[in-house]
Amino acid sequence: MTLPAKMLVGFRVRRRLNRSLTVNFLLFAFLGVFGCFSAIPLIYAVNNAFKPLDELFIFPPRILVRNPTLDNFYDLVVLMSNSWVPLSRYIVNTLLITVVGTVGHILLASAAAYPLAKYRFPGSRTLFSIVVLSLMFSGHVTAIPNYMVMSWLGWINTHLSIIVPSLAFPLGLFLMKQFMEQIPDALLEAAKIDGASEYRIYWSVVMPNVKPAWLTLMILQFPMLWGSDGGNFIYSENLKTLHYALGQISQGGIARAGVGAAVALILMIVPITLFIISQSNVIQTMTTSGMKD
Amino acid sequence: MQAETTRQAVPGLIRVKKKSRLADLFREVKRNRHYYILISPYMLIFFTFTVIPVVVSMGLSFFYFNMLEFPRFVGWQNYTRLFLDDDVFLIALKNTFIFAMITGPVSYVACFLFAWIINELSPRIRAFMTLVFYAPSISGNVFFIWLIVFSGDSYGYLNGFLMRYGFILEPIQWLTDEKYILTIVIIVQLWLSLGTSFLAFIAGFQTIDRTLIEAGAVDGIKNRWQELWFITLPSMRPQLLFGAVMQITASFAVADISIALAGFPSVNYAAHTVVTHLMDYGTIRFEMGYASAIATVLFLIMIGTNLMTQKLLRKVGE
Repeated sequence: MTLPAKMLVGFRVRRRLNRSLTVNFLLFAFLGVFGCFSAIPLIYAVNNAFKPLDELFIFPPRILVRNPTLDNFYDLVVLMSNSWVPLSRYIVNTLLITVVGTVGHILLASAAAYPLAKYRFPGSRTLFSIVVLSLMFSGHVTAIPNYMVMSWLGWINTHLSIIVPSLAFPLGLFLMKQFMEQIPDALLEAAKIDGASEYRIYWSVVMPNVKPAWLTLMILQFPMLWGSDGGNFIYSENLKTLHYALGQISQGGIARAGVGAAVALILMIVPITLFIISQSNVIQTMTTSGMKD
Repeated sequence: MQAETTRQAVPGLIRVKKKSRLADLFREVKRNRHYYILISPYMLIFFTFTVIPVVVSMGLSFFYFNMLEFPRFVGWQNYTRLFLDDDVFLIALKNTFIFAMITGPVSYVACFLFAWIINELSPRIRAFMTLVFYAPSISGNVFFIWLIVFSGDSYGYLNGFLMRYGFILEPIQWLTDEKYILTIVIIVQLWLSLGTSFLAFIAGFQTIDRTLIEAGAVDGIKNRWQELWFITLPSMRPQLLFGAVMQITASFAVADISIALAGFPSVNYAAHTVVTHLMDYGTIRFEMGYASAIATVLFLIMIGTNLMTQKLLRKVGE
């Protein structure tokens, strides 16, 4: 009622409300400094892969490459085609684990999320509470019984031991369920009136509507499996993953530094590229990620 | 809607209530069977590898078990040994708490602060900065780069830099000196801690109602800090709760980075955490009962901290 005249003027002068130029400058500078802290190690990792050997060990060390070369990648191919298990084997193993694990996770998590998001049935709320509770502790807690279950199932030293537990990653179900809640009920009702079964509704009505959430589950699951080194479960050389091979190569010391940098680049570039492609969808999914009171 | 209520002619003749509770439940389950079928594959795996293991782990913590002999019941002995006789566990517990008390809150505030500043930028720069901050957390094991930065010889970046400008004359053994290890692990952990909760906050800021902010300005909010406290924070409470869970769980689970940077075990256990202690007993010494006791303590710490924080955060902006 008694608006100060100054404020009315302020409305007209500034486009954004309540923003001073000085503080803006300070905040953006702050963001810039920490952005560099965040980005420089990655930039360095990318540059390393293209450095000739003499540049890798220059003193004082440099971040950027001066004479870029692809030698490290050639060396990698040569080294790996001569080794006991060819590099392609590690790549196939990693791809198998990652693709099956990610696709399976999206399918199972969304199948479970649909009834939990849209219907109330005996046990539904309890089950979801258990899933939320399981977000509150890490997988280390269950490591020991898990090992016993694996050996009991006879899954030790198979890819199943990595893939199957990752299918029921609780964060995926949580995010998927929160996202599905915003699908209008009318849409489901309409499909039901048209005579569609629940499975049909899940597959042809719900799934096409939650594409952003698929991509989000992918971006959370993919790097985890892609970076998996097989843990305690896999010990046969021909079942091991690319990340494990990287560890072996970098233990070769100075002579292998260039090749190690090349493998590291391959390992990091895939998840980052996926994120760049799916970023806007991921953010869209995350708007529903909140925990309600 | 009914005009008059109906009453049984002889009360108690038909025992409607008692009999039907189970039958009702059965009917409900049958009516909803499709939903149970849909959730069953996920829940089967979830229960086998998450829920049942937690329960088994708690039970096993009262036994002596080495995977070969039949488990032998020992009561609270594993726990008394843990807290009274195991000096290394107490070091691990102390390190884990120092670690969580620093990385938890700092990474949480950092996620929020960066998301808040990024939200002021134009959409294209916003997407780029989101990538810059989020990339370390998904780039897998590129944190080995930090091994080169903190390398103990003069080829290490930090040593090279400090020696060049004359701060030190001799290279410092960053990763094998007890004084520095924990700090370095904390720095690297912070570097890759802007993960899921950071994205949730970015998304949360985009959903805030612009009209709410305009209304606030009319009501006398004078600067961005007041806007943050009175409008932004309360409208983001669900994301704040979610982010807290993510950051707290991660901050207590530190192990991989400690092992990669400081080795396993680290020099004089300077970077030993509860999780590395658990790995020591579970995967090297095969004292499964004792390791389960460690896992149970870890479970209680994580759940307890999370629930406490949830309670606190629900008060934001009230």
